[in-house]
Amino acid sequence: MTNALRLYMHYLGQSIRSQMQYRASFIMLSFGQLLITGIEFLAIASLFARFKHIQGWTLPEVAFLYGLINISFAFADAASRGFDMFGTMVKSGDFDRLLLRPRSTALQLAGYELTLRRIGRLIQGLIVFSWASYTLDIAWSVPKIYLVFIAIFGGACLFIGLMIIQATIAFWTTESLELMNTMTYGGVETAQYPLPIYRIWFRKFFTYIIPLACVNYLPSLAILERGDPMGLPVILQWVAPLICIIFLIVALQIWKIGVRHYRSTGS
Amino acid sequence: MPHIIVENLVKTFQIAQRQPGVWGALRGVLHRNYRQITALDGISFTIESGELIGYIGPNGAGKSTTVKVLSGILVPDTGRCEILGRVPWKERISHVAHIGVVFGQRTQLWWDLPVIESFDLLRDIYRVDHHQYAQTRDEMIAILDLESLLDIPVRQLSLGQRMRCDLAAALIHRPSILFLDEPTIGLDIVSKLAVRDFIKRLNQERDVTVILTTHDLDDIEALCTRVMVIGQGQILSDGPLENLRARVTTERRLIVDLEGTEDITDPDASVVLRDGHRVHLTFDPDRVATADLIARITAQHPVRDLFVENTPIEEIISRLYAENR
Repeated sequence: MTNALRLYMHYLGQSIRSQMQYRASFIMLSFGQLLITGIEFLAIASLFARFKHIQGWTLPEVAFLYGLINISFAFADAASRGFDMFGTMVKSGDFDRLLLRPRSTALQLAGYELTLRRIGRLIQGLIVFSWASYTLDIAWSVPKIYLVFIAIFGGACLFIGLMIIQATIAFWTTESLELMNTMTYGGVETAQYPLPIYRIWFRKFFTYIIPLACVNYLPSLAILERGDPMGLPVILQWVAPLICIIFLIVALQIWKIGVRHYRSTGS
Repeated sequence: MPHIIVENLVKTFQIAQRQPGVWGALRGVLHRNYRQITALDGISFTIESGELIGYIGPNGAGKSTTVKVLSGILVPDTGRCEILGRVPWKERISHVAHIGVVFGQRTQLWWDLPVIESFDLLRDIYRVDHHQYAQTRDEMIAILDLESLLDIPVRQLSLGQRMRCDLAAALIHRPSILFLDEPTIGLDIVSKLAVRDFIKRLNQERDVTVILTTHDLDDIEALCTRVMVIGQGQILSDGPLENLRARVTTERRLIVDLEGTEDITDPDASVVLRDGHRVHLTFDPDRVATADLIARITAQHPVRDLFVENTPIEEIISRLYAENR
């Protein structure tokens, strides 16, 4: 385990070094992403300029949800580039190379690249999150700070899990399905708004099947000290993000099934 | 105890049939017809430690499927395979730690990293201890003359330079078995000879078992003590190159440079090629002694020069395929 971590760090170090060979491109792409996601938030803000609040949620509160999910997603997106590229790797036969090395394929793909330009989204998420926290005048305490960290961590686990599942599908289709983007990018968009604005089945889907609410909406209720109109136990708000670790473990098991399928069909 | 035991290996693939046109593609989403292809149709062989084996066959014969099964990438349908006492597809991770694989067409180095950094990364991947790593790395750098390439990113290397680096990379963990898939493809003659020379040394000095798949039959003639020929998923021939020659044909070639351009007619030899003053004849040394044939021809014709050759290996292989069609 420590050995795997060491190798992962080595991979990441090399990935950063090779990206730094194209420094100008890194700076421009990061800045571009900062702008694009920034405009996205301005669109939400302009909506609130007209409607003031959505189901009792004000702009700073929604900004809190928005910042939190975008920070999680930026980390996940940077860390899971290997899985994102996976469809082309299967097609070109490069995946065979990973099977020739005495390490798990998931570890090797995780170490494929740490995509630094995602820092654009990360910075934007941090700015929005900080602005929201400042405006809402949140009474920060140790448990609340802990909750922010596990919410971000759980969110990153959830999105990485989704991207692993998306990559796994490529074992059968040899192309990563765009359909899964509705879970990842769509998930980010969904989580930017408070859950009760959605229909019941949609809420349930994003709570119990894809536990998106567990890393964003539920912990935010605890931090913002709002009541839960869905009436789930309060304790859940404090531990829900950890469920996503299980989600990631399940995703890795599904990945293993995919690898087994690949090795018996060779395609 | 042999290094590699393969018994009755069978591997079939399901290939999805595509229907033509947009409508066909749409229908293909809902319902697909599968065609079964038998890539390996019961192959068996054993390989002892320190052998240098040429594994040849036309495209689609099952060469790369064999290599994929032996290297633990693919799981066969049925059959047995044991390499260094392990079943490759059941113990993939411990198996691949003891083998090296080089694909001529594809590098296993990191495209944007300087060569030396790739080696360092492989050290961590294979968990080689620092002392042994430093020793192996320095040896490889010396033998393959890599010193001047170490700081160059792989993407900037020429094909020949890259192949030398790839060979070194595949040996960082000191595998006792090395699979080489077309290691000389696309190389210029100097690089080709360097690669061949290295493979030979590796095999002789370090006792590494080498399995070489190639289309370049000069590689086989220069290196291999034993040749396995695969065609349509079956081993067509297995043994020393001489046996393969003898099995397919005992014929030899007599090449004669004449003073003139007249025809040669002899009851025991036939003309296969005529090129100006040069005549290529084939004959069977069991029917006529080489010396007698030469004596007869030189008596009848003014001859400038002549020499005897074995049938070229390309021709032997193509005859073998023709027989088994």
